[in-house]
Amino acid sequence: MANEDPAILTKALESLLVEKGLVTSGRIDEIVKSYEEDIGPMRGAQVVAKAWVDPEYKARLLVDGRSAIAEFGFTDPHGAELVVTENTDDVHNMVVCTLCSCYPWAVLGLPPAWYKSFAYRSRAVSEPRTVLKEFGLELPESTEVRVLDSNSDIRYMVLPKRPAGTDGMSEEELAGIVTRDSMIGVGEAVCP
Amino acid sequence: MDQSVDNAVSNMPEEIAIPRVNGELVFESPWEARVFGLAVALHEQGAFEWKIFSQSLTDEIASAEKEGESSSYYERWLRALHHVTTGQDLLATREIVDRTKEVQDQADHEHDDHGHDHPHHHHE
Repeated sequence: MANEDPAILTKALESLLVEKGLVTSGRIDEIVKSYEEDIGPMRGAQVVAKAWVDPEYKARLLVDGRSAIAEFGFTDPHGAELVVTENTDDVHNMVVCTLCSCYPWAVLGLPPAWYKSFAYRSRAVSEPRTVLKEFGLELPESTEVRVLDSNSDIRYMVLPKRPAGTDGMSEEELAGIVTRDSMIGVGEAVCP
Repeated sequence: MDQSVDNAVSNMPEEIAIPRVNGELVFESPWEARVFGLAVALHEQGAFEWKIFSQSLTDEIASAEKEGESSSYYERWLRALHHVTTGQDLLATREIVDRTKEVQDQADHEHDDHGHDHPHHHHE
């Protein structure tokens, strides 16, 4: 197995599983296309923007993330829980999956390569503030940094702080300033 | 012809610094997209609980990192899926070996067919 061309083995597995009626190639096409084109951080950004402007939505989001994002029609294909944690001046949350790559696909799409790297997975837990500094985020000592370890049952998303100077912005404009990194907790949303 | 995108980043060894690529691709090559979609579609159709696959992936990553292997994320994903399909009795090891050989032979044959300026013989 170690020496096989992965493209060859993948093709072999797909052809066998299709023949046995366990999947269809068409559905695989659709799934690939949706994650390449449609499902990505813009979804999470919409959720964040709504939470910023609508306190009742924010309350629902923090209590039951999965139901709240379902209001947008966003659902996780694995049926995992989604817990949304709020960043404040006192607490900065940062998300990792130390064992593999668990990530809130429904609101962020597929994780970036760095999120899956051994370096991030180990260092986010052992030296979070150093890692944040490397991402360009330096927090005061008075802010507690909390690292949330995702697993296949629970995925996390961060609700970043709403930056100052954004009072006049529409929900759509606000969604435009929410970055993927801020929803993982390695960055902050910034007023343009 | 295979459309694989050559990308040095996907083969970069793990470093202490966190590797970051701006505008990274969702998938580095078509087979990665395919093996991803295959796992998700199988789960969706009820072939296995996601937890089973997730655990297998965790195990592959752990053993690869312990051995210091430079395999990529999706190579480990593929191994995990291979493991789950046999472990869950969806496929037999033998048929995977046989089909892999057929696919390889087909690929070799197609490769040989290109770029020849002289006739060669087919044996059906």
